[in-house]
Amino acid sequence: MMKSVEQKTLALNGNEAVAYAVKQSDVDVVAAYPITPQTIIVERFSEYVANGEVETAFVCTESEHSALTACLAASLTGARTFTASASAGLALMHEMLFVTSGCRAPVVMAIANRALSAPINIHGDQSDTMAQRDSGWIQIYAENAQEVYDSIIQAFRIAEHPDVLLPAMVCLDGFQLSHSVENVNVLPDEVVKKFVGVRQYPMVLTHEGKMVPLKLDPENPMTMGPLAFPNYYFEFKRQQEEAMKVALRVIREVHDEYAKISGRSYGDGLLDSYFLEDAEIAIVCLGSTAGTVKTVVDELRAEGIKAGLLRMRTFRPLPVDGIKKVLGHVKAVAVMDKSMSFGGFGGAVFHEVRHALYDLDKKPFVVNYIYGLGGRDTSPMQIRGIYNDLQEILAKGRVETPVKYVGLRE
Amino acid sequence: MLREIRIHGRGGQGAVTAAQLLAHAAHTEGKYVQAFPYFGAERRGAPVKAFARISDAPILLHSQVYNPDYVVVLDQQLYKIIDVTEGLKMDGIIVMNSTKKPDELGLKGWRVATVDATGIALELNLRVAGLPVVNTSILGAFSRATDEVQLESVLKAIRGNWRGSAGEKNALAAELAYERLIKGW
Repeated sequence: MMKSVEQKTLALNGNEAVAYAVKQSDVDVVAAYPITPQTIIVERFSEYVANGEVETAFVCTESEHSALTACLAASLTGARTFTASASAGLALMHEMLFVTSGCRAPVVMAIANRALSAPINIHGDQSDTMAQRDSGWIQIYAENAQEVYDSIIQAFRIAEHPDVLLPAMVCLDGFQLSHSVENVNVLPDEVVKKFVGVRQYPMVLTHEGKMVPLKLDPENPMTMGPLAFPNYYFEFKRQQEEAMKVALRVIREVHDEYAKISGRSYGDGLLDSYFLEDAEIAIVCLGSTAGTVKTVVDELRAEGIKAGLLRMRTFRPLPVDGIKKVLGHVKAVAVMDKSMSFGGFGGAVFHEVRHALYDLDKKPFVVNYIYGLGGRDTSPMQIRGIYNDLQEILAKGRVETPVKYVGLRE
Repeated sequence: MLREIRIHGRGGQGAVTAAQLLAHAAHTEGKYVQAFPYFGAERRGAPVKAFARISDAPILLHSQVYNPDYVVVLDQQLYKIIDVTEGLKMDGIIVMNSTKKPDELGLKGWRVATVDATGIALELNLRVAGLPVVNTSILGAFSRATDEVQLESVLKAIRGNWRGSAGEKNALAAELAYERLIKGW
């Protein structure tokens, strides 16, 4: 791949990659509360603050609820803000996630995905972010530490885009990425600073009839997040949905612009396809598991089996048209979910993918595999087993068990 | 060529740090690396595992290591209670901290190399919280046994992690382990 900018290669774990990207992104306010497996992010960042490497105001709060509240408030004054959390911490933010998106505050947050209690488990699964999928936040899932770094930088531009103004989560699998040391190419500081730029504000009309930037400013007083009863609330929500639609375009644009500078791209920024063009069987998944699936696809292709992978980089907004386009011709699809939707028909990703394909005249078989809960490892052999199941479905011409579990004692 | 490494130790012995240092060492040679822990309920003395991968090409795998090329064992009693050879490739190598010679361990059918890393730590008074440090010196032994990383790279990684005298002492331990390694093949 062409590299437009000379870059340094570091060996960083996913959390360090986040901290490094935030350091370079000219962030005004970081408010955070530690929780495994995210802790290293704010630890490293607090070192940058203590060493005078950044001019960021760093606020230690007494809880995650307060951390996000502080970020929200700072963001509404026009500041660029960042926080990080996971699992119970993200769950405690639940209320404020909706307030943040509802106030259209472009806070960027890294989530080192971790299982939810009980029983207590510190390891990685995506139950925490999947439980927040309707909170109005953009969700980007990274495959490796390099993509974590790249995605954080992109997230500021996406979230703060005046046509978007939505908070964004960058999700990295707990331990598998957060604590895994990998090669990470980093851009020079000035290149990142220029890329993220200065936060732009849409202009709005005040009650005094003045056009002013949308931010809290004593010179131009305005109210954020006021009361909206049945006569107006609904319109606010419709606007958030519209912003998500716009985000589909902006995520692609920011991704493409970044690719030109860095030489790195991830599909079209929304969906990352691997050998899907002529695939007969395919897996759909999010996050670091995609890397393991790719190695299995390579093996199967060498054996002449037409296997492929769709990694969904963006889960919110959901790239519905893209999913239809890249999976429509596939004969059997296995969607992997690293979380449960208790009492539902399979996991959250399965719901969305199967749903998106429903309108097609010729639909693939679509089955679901729940895997990796509480950090249970998923081996290349198990992935191969899923592809074997898909071949069996094609041979029989029917699905016997639509929802299965990977590597589970039963 | 992808090389996969599994490190066995006991909680507190620094298996995770060893995996990370190994990755940093290989990284200084321009290789692609990966190092990650398997955290159980961490408690001192309990068996723990960490993993590393080294390759000339980008590493896509994000699963644990199931068929290691190399196994590193930090505690000399551990092989009696867990199967350190599990999944080890046929031509794989085991690098073990032990006062014994490779052929005295009863690990038949494998290439085994031993070094008395605990002895080196005691000799240099290299201790943390009173316990001998073996996770840095074993990397010197690993370098000699496998040729996957240069000793110089290991020393650089160690000095990069601990500045000053602590780094020097750990580096010296790695050099001694490199010299004193006994190969059983």
